Amino acid sequence: MQKLFKQINKVIMAELRDGEHLGLGYGGEQSTFTRINAAKVRQIGNVDELYLGFNLINNGKRCTGSITLSGDVDEDIIRARSELDRLRAEVIQLPDDPYLVIPDSIETSVSEKVGHLPAAYEIPKNIIPSMGQSDLTGIWASGSVFMGSANSAGGFHWFASDSFSLDYSLITPNEKMVKATFAGTEWNQTAYESFLADSVNKLELMSLAPKKIEPGNYRTFIASAGLADVISMFSWGGVSEAAIRQSGSSLGKMRNEGQTLSPLFSLSEDFSSGLVPRFNGNGEVAPEKTILIDKGELIETLVSTRSAKEYGVTSNFASEGEGMRSPVVGTGNLGDADVLKALGTGVYLSNLHYLNWSDMIGGRITGMTRYACFWVEDGKIVAPIENMRFDDSIYNFLGDNLEAVTDSVLVNPDVGTYEGRELSAIICPGILLKSFALTL
Amino acid sequence: MDLQAILSGIDVNADWIGLRYVKENTGFRLVRDGKPEANTRESKQGIMVEVLVNGQFAYYATSRLDVISMQKAAERAVVLATAASNYSLHRFGTEARPVAKGSYQSPFVKAADAFSPGELSELLIKATSELKVSEKVVTTNAIARIVETESRFISSNGSDVDQKYLMVSADYSAVAQDGSITQKRTDGGLLAKSYQSGMEVFHEADVLSRCQQIGSEAVELLSAEECPTGAMDLLLAPDQMMLQIHESVGHALEIDRILGDERNYAGWSFVRLDDFGKLQYGSELMNISFDPYVENQFASYAFDDGGLKAEKEYLIKDGLLLRGLGGMESQLRSGINGVANFRASSWNRAPIDRMANLNLEPGDSSRDEIIGSVEKGVFMTSNRSWSIDDYRNKFQFGCEYAKLIENGKLTRTVKNPNYRAISNPFWRSLKKVGNRDTFEIYGTPFCGKGEPNQVIRVGHASPLCLFDKVEVFGGA
Repeated sequence: MQKLFKQINKVIMAELRDGEHLGLGYGGEQSTFTRINAAKVRQIGNVDELYLGFNLINNGKRCTGSITLSGDVDEDIIRARSELDRLRAEVIQLPDDPYLVIPDSIETSVSEKVGHLPAAYEIPKNIIPSMGQSDLTGIWASGSVFMGSANSAGGFHWFASDSFSLDYSLITPNEKMVKATFAGTEWNQTAYESFLADSVNKLELMSLAPKKIEPGNYRTFIASAGLADVISMFSWGGVSEAAIRQSGSSLGKMRNEGQTLSPLFSLSEDFSSGLVPRFNGNGEVAPEKTILIDKGELIETLVSTRSAKEYGVTSNFASEGEGMRSPVVGTGNLGDADVLKALGTGVYLSNLHYLNWSDMIGGRITGMTRYACFWVEDGKIVAPIENMRFDDSIYNFLGDNLEAVTDSVLVNPDVGTYEGRELSAIICPGILLKSFALTL
Repeated sequence: MDLQAILSGIDVNADWIGLRYVKENTGFRLVRDGKPEANTRESKQGIMVEVLVNGQFAYYATSRLDVISMQKAAERAVVLATAASNYSLHRFGTEARPVAKGSYQSPFVKAADAFSPGELSELLIKATSELKVSEKVVTTNAIARIVETESRFISSNGSDVDQKYLMVSADYSAVAQDGSITQKRTDGGLLAKSYQSGMEVFHEADVLSRCQQIGSEAVELLSAEECPTGAMDLLLAPDQMMLQIHESVGHALEIDRILGDERNYAGWSFVRLDDFGKLQYGSELMNISFDPYVENQFASYAFDDGGLKAEKEYLIKDGLLLRGLGGMESQLRSGINGVANFRASSWNRAPIDRMANLNLEPGDSSRDEIIGSVEKGVFMTSNRSWSIDDYRNKFQFGCEYAKLIENGKLTRTVKNPNYRAISNPFWRSLKKVGNRDTFEIYGTPFCGKGEPNQVIRVGHASPLCLFDKVEVFGGA
């Protein structure tokens, strides 16, 4: 795949005219998906797709596009030339773009992670029999994901990774559920079967009669997977410099009104895990670590070079959308073994669901509890709870009401597949809250 | 490309083969504060080769469109179907892919090229200028999204369906600020004005008039009082009813969801298979239709992606649940009557049960009658926040703009309006439904569902609707 990208890149860059600047983005995947319901195969298939993105700049104007590639170099060069011609015809008609960024990065990098994955035809027999009589529903995804970036200044980056994931829910007859994800780059049948058996054991706790709790404020522990859902909200109306400048960020209060979060809360963009590439769509390489919030203080935001130009600040080479690509939350002092004791009496939330800003500017988020969520009394799990809606401000539950943070983190892989298979993860601990507002 | 020749040339041992070709160009233009932010076009094309072997479907979706690649794709799909057939959830026959022949062309007056890129950019720049009604308007955005789609579905049992669409979405928004108070107003919710239509929607005088109103309302909200808290009458405008129908009726009635396919992602449903024909979903004023033929509505079509012919059907009649949102696969699995809604987001995703045009039919109350009947309540418009549980029960929705209703009259504007409720009791509290004069059509390009994930377009239309004693509240 890298060879195809290089061949197209070489031909197209050689055809640029004076004054033209071009960035090319390459992406694709060769994936096998197996959809499972009740521990049986619901749908199965392969997706083999390639695309090429263009960012053409000419005479202070800019337009972008993308096309599907066929994998045949001769055919794809014809398609790429055609798209370049279309962009050339369009760009001259557009208004000047005062904030356009000419791709000038000349850095290069290549990263290829070759995994050991089962062949597509082996997947059903590898994963289904071990599920036994469990009511398991989920999605298997495996294969290769590619991404590349090149520009007319000579920059070139390539990232390819083989991986697999089985993201699933186990469900009891009384409809209580446990969620888990088995993911990696090297398939190991024995490790899979052990992981699955562990999930089944966890499900036993859910067979207790559920407890209905009333709306109110409760001492609450939110486990790593639940906090990851909260952190994902910071990529939408959160840590983006442009969002803050355009009055569309929940963190505007931190920038403009001196509001702070708890000194126990720290958040970074940290690429040291190597799960995702550091280069962005312009081929710019972000620092390995950018501290966004340190001990409750807003230190930096994610700044694209476009925003840097518009607002006169320094770019940290964020993506154009200024969302987090590799977020990491800092740890605290609470040992995992001490969580229930520290919680005392309250609710333990393993996962959250369907979060949305109920008041973005105010920092208030609403969502649901989901999966393994329990009522805890005197440090002991008493019963699973019926799902509850929460509606609370980050300035409360990540502010004064944040009592403790666990001393270890979990890697919560992003198994999303809307625009293609995601490779990122949110790495975070669990948090203990003095109070959390459950509303319905 | 001669799809029939490709199909004829595929040599594999399968009980059925289908080819679904999709080509889609999505143009997107965004102007912020008079300056271009995005001018882009995404062009996608590919084929899903699907086979049926031993009662199991499998697919190979590829952007390699030559004959040899199609043969390889079919062979690989056969291998997958064979391997999976030992563990099939359900054994299907060819009845799951009925024979379909026909075509569809979405209606439009002005073609996509009626505006040059420069002309459309100029209009969007004017729109942002019009949105800035005062210095308190700090950010303005104008968006145009134009999608041209061709799909062709042919199969070994004789289907041949050709459908072409031109779809246009637009939105204009203003963010107003005064000190620490920030308010935003859009044109009925983000891209809620999404239609199967042509470039005629960019009629300059109409666009600029709407922008004036949007900017003015954003500024008006800055000095508005907070939405009150308490249980009171709730009147929802059609642009919020869109979201209300979508989340608390549409997703709940998807048969694949009721059958548990989505339990690891979007969730399950409070509706069970034995509820059809029995469950009083809402009050007797509630009539929900699946209607794929509403002129200009966003998700109109003639056939779904499994080849089932699309027909108008009532899902809920006089409040009683009658029929589910399920294509042939779900109907065969469940034995429940469904509709033609087995749809895929593109060539690279397998079809699943999706909403299309899902509408609340008009009642017989005029706008004045409805408002006049309210002693104390809130009239909310334009969605800005949405969240609902995995069974589609407990929801909380927020709107951009609201007015108090006091003693039968609209009075003061209030900001940050929200409400929360549980689906069944909420719909049973529906106490007035507006007549056809209050009926408006909306849509969205962004309905997410499925594993692997898919985003698809849906349409929703509704009159004004009044609900009894709903918990409403304001902002942070």
